[in-house]
Amino acid sequence: MDATSTVSRTNSNKRPFFGQKSLDEWLLGSVLVVGIIALFICIVLPIYSLLSKSVQNNAGEFVGLDNFLTFITTPSLSSSIGNSVSIALICTFIVTSLAFMAAYGLTRTKIPLKGTFRLVMALPILAPSLLPAISLVYLFGNQGIMKELLMGESIYGPIGIIIGSCFWTFPHALMIMVTALSNTDARLYESADVLGASPARTFFTVTLPGAKYGIISVAFVVFTLVITDFGVPKVIGGQFNVLATDIYKQVIGQQNFEMGAAVSVILLLPAILTFITDRWLQRRQSALLTSKAVPWVAPKRPIVDRFFLVTMIILSAIVIGIIAMAVYASLVTFWPYNLALSLNNYQFDLMDGGGWESYWNSIEMACYTAVIGTGFIFFQSYLVEKLGGYKVIKWFFHLFAILPLAVPGLVLGLAYIFFFNAPNNPLNGIYGTMAILVVCTISHFYTVCHLTGTTALKQIDPEFESVSASLKVPQIYTFWRVSLPVCLPAVLDIASYLFVNAMTTVSAVVFLYSYNTTLASVAVLNMDDAGDIAPAAAMAVMIMMTCMVAKIIHWFVGDVLLKSSQRWRVR
Amino acid sequence: MSKKNWMHRLAVLAGITTVSVAAHAAKTELTVYTAVEAEDLKKYAARFNEDHPDIKINWVRDSTGIVTAKLLAEKENPQADVVWGLAATSLMLLDGEGMLQSYKPKGFEKLSPKFRDNSAEPVWTGMDAWMAAVCYNTVEGEKLGLPKPTSWQDLTKPVYKGHIIMPNPNSSGTGFLDVSSWLQIFGEEKGWEYMDGLHQNISRYTHSGSKPCKLAAAGETPIGISFAFRAAKSKKKGAPLDIVFPSEGLGWDMEATSIIKGTDKLDAAKTLVDWTVSKKANEMYNKGYAVVAMPGIAKPVKYFPENAESMMIDNDFGWSAANRKAILKTWQERYDSKSDPK
Repeated sequence: MDATSTVSRTNSNKRPFFGQKSLDEWLLGSVLVVGIIALFICIVLPIYSLLSKSVQNNAGEFVGLDNFLTFITTPSLSSSIGNSVSIALICTFIVTSLAFMAAYGLTRTKIPLKGTFRLVMALPILAPSLLPAISLVYLFGNQGIMKELLMGESIYGPIGIIIGSCFWTFPHALMIMVTALSNTDARLYESADVLGASPARTFFTVTLPGAKYGIISVAFVVFTLVITDFGVPKVIGGQFNVLATDIYKQVIGQQNFEMGAAVSVILLLPAILTFITDRWLQRRQSALLTSKAVPWVAPKRPIVDRFFLVTMIILSAIVIGIIAMAVYASLVTFWPYNLALSLNNYQFDLMDGGGWESYWNSIEMACYTAVIGTGFIFFQSYLVEKLGGYKVIKWFFHLFAILPLAVPGLVLGLAYIFFFNAPNNPLNGIYGTMAILVVCTISHFYTVCHLTGTTALKQIDPEFESVSASLKVPQIYTFWRVSLPVCLPAVLDIASYLFVNAMTTVSAVVFLYSYNTTLASVAVLNMDDAGDIAPAAAMAVMIMMTCMVAKIIHWFVGDVLLKSSQRWRVR
Repeated sequence: MSKKNWMHRLAVLAGITTVSVAAHAAKTELTVYTAVEAEDLKKYAARFNEDHPDIKINWVRDSTGIVTAKLLAEKENPQADVVWGLAATSLMLLDGEGMLQSYKPKGFEKLSPKFRDNSAEPVWTGMDAWMAAVCYNTVEGEKLGLPKPTSWQDLTKPVYKGHIIMPNPNSSGTGFLDVSSWLQIFGEEKGWEYMDGLHQNISRYTHSGSKPCKLAAAGETPIGISFAFRAAKSKKKGAPLDIVFPSEGLGWDMEATSIIKGTDKLDAAKTLVDWTVSKKANEMYNKGYAVVAMPGIAKPVKYFPENAESMMIDNDFGWSAANRKAILKTWQERYDSKSDPK
């Protein structure tokens, strides 16, 4: 017997029929409409303004599919498609398996030091992507201290891209996976136990199906992140051409926006696939956390616990190793010929890139992004998941929310120029200000936050809404009293995810900052560009430490708040 | 509180107000896009303000590719007033889009003819030249038993197989500068033949023009094809580099200046551009660059050859610009495929 079927509910679509929509629903519905208009303006229109160039020539005339034909018929370009897909598939496989194991270890075992492990494994996301790139070169490059490990293979190529990509996508995957695995219903495990299922069988019939939605989301997120990223392949990809570096070559190297747009359109395909799969899964996903659910508490399982403890230690060691190398790089005077250590590289006001001012700008930008972004994204994802009706709007909302994931930051940044700087755009006043950086960053990182929010909300039984509706409790009250507290861990995750990404992002904002809004992450790039590798590493370390402080605050706030809001999880 | 104290305070307050109001009223702010090294920007602005304290420069700085892409993307509603210090080839591209304001600054005639736009209505003026150079890491070179190359032809010798890194001309202006200069030095047919030979020795092509020299400085490769300014900078920082200026001649591009069409601060922009071609400005450029626009100004710069200017090829920018697409296409077909040169 399939244990899940006993408690599954189809989904939120099956709401009791109360005739006309209540005033409450109209109100929340209008908030949803405002939300979708905002997404339309901040995501769809800018992207369209750039991608429409893919069917134009340099002079702006319509040329149909000519650009695509050129792309397909140029062997050196079309080979990138195969390269990109194979790299992305390998990374997806590695990251999804590792993230599942790590998330299982964090949520379903009794291993010690969970908080520490979680912090360590979030580290890769806390640092600008240049940091692991510098570190990989120092570790495995021609002068690298561990280059023998590659057995004569070069780090500059597919190997480098895979290691680098897995490193930076892992925390993204872990965040969704932990959310997917943290809500459980002990009754399922009890039933499995009573029915005499072996632990393996329980794992395959209860645990895996319950996390199915999360696993597939993670797979698609990782695939799309890897295939659209140009930072890692640019620095360490050597001669190995991928689609994202092709865009870089077209747009930055040759200022050929039309061809760059055509390649971007090709990159949108995986995102559309993600969207279709997501919709398809949605119909099959059952709410795990029903109103009758009892949280499952991991029993002591010495062998399992020991296995996961070892796994966590190995994963953490790899992460710490890569980070430590970069910290060391920031202290070295001149690698590899003068290894004397000093703190000179931290005197940013003496260097390129805007000095300490850009560091404070970054913090300001990250705070706005976290506060505004979390409020908007979580409330909207609540409405999408839990508000009755508005099916068409919700469908489009999901589509719009998935889009940014598929758009390389470089493309989004240029798209923002084309759209927001147009003389006839009434919003062109925000161009060149802090506001556009915040809007762009929220849009850029919308997808993972949206998926985290909906994954968390999906696990709450829609019965809560039905019950409150029949008791004539306004839905906003249910949101405040039930959904928000239950999802608080996810909300905090979203906030810190946004903060951290705002600190580290480069690809989109590099086109949008102005003279008084220079950013630390851009400074890292510029210092590296100017040959100041150690100061670049130093600024990257500063960014990482700031993000760690944010994470620690997240952790403490989480701990205090969660003690009161999550007490129901403890039996 | 004594009366005197009060008066004193009032006077100071009045003084501050007057000064700040006066400063505020007179100050024009110019948004200037540039690809000049950030550490030089403060100095450039400070020198300019010695003569024109009433104009404040707000710099927007990034690498050449990004600044050019940003300017082109902003074409419909330009944000920059002036571009000061961007590759002349980029400015020619912008000129082709009709984005530049024609203006002949005071002192235009004093610049050497190859450092100015010689059309009837000039739109840009040059500042200084940045030229190709080869970075040779003496420590790694010795370890691998590689002789120091002295010419472009040397680099095709089998001994260097897998030891040379150069920028990809499809991603980097420096890379294109190299390719177009070889085609001009050796002639088209011989030029491509030369690159066939060079390709056998290249371990990889990078996306940035300064990267090959940085990689040579860090010992990641013994030889990197890059440009002289970067090479001198790395050497100054302590890298064991020898900077080679190949004997056949050096490809070069210049940093140049122009006013963006449609600026509403045209007067201030003209004042700035007038200053950028002045003797004082040229002396300032000479701190980092061996060859500057005004003849007779340049003093030798450390790590640059004294005859730097005569080593520069007679670069035909018009020809490069006109054939850029075709050259890049041929290059891509020949060398940018999946098959890695081993």
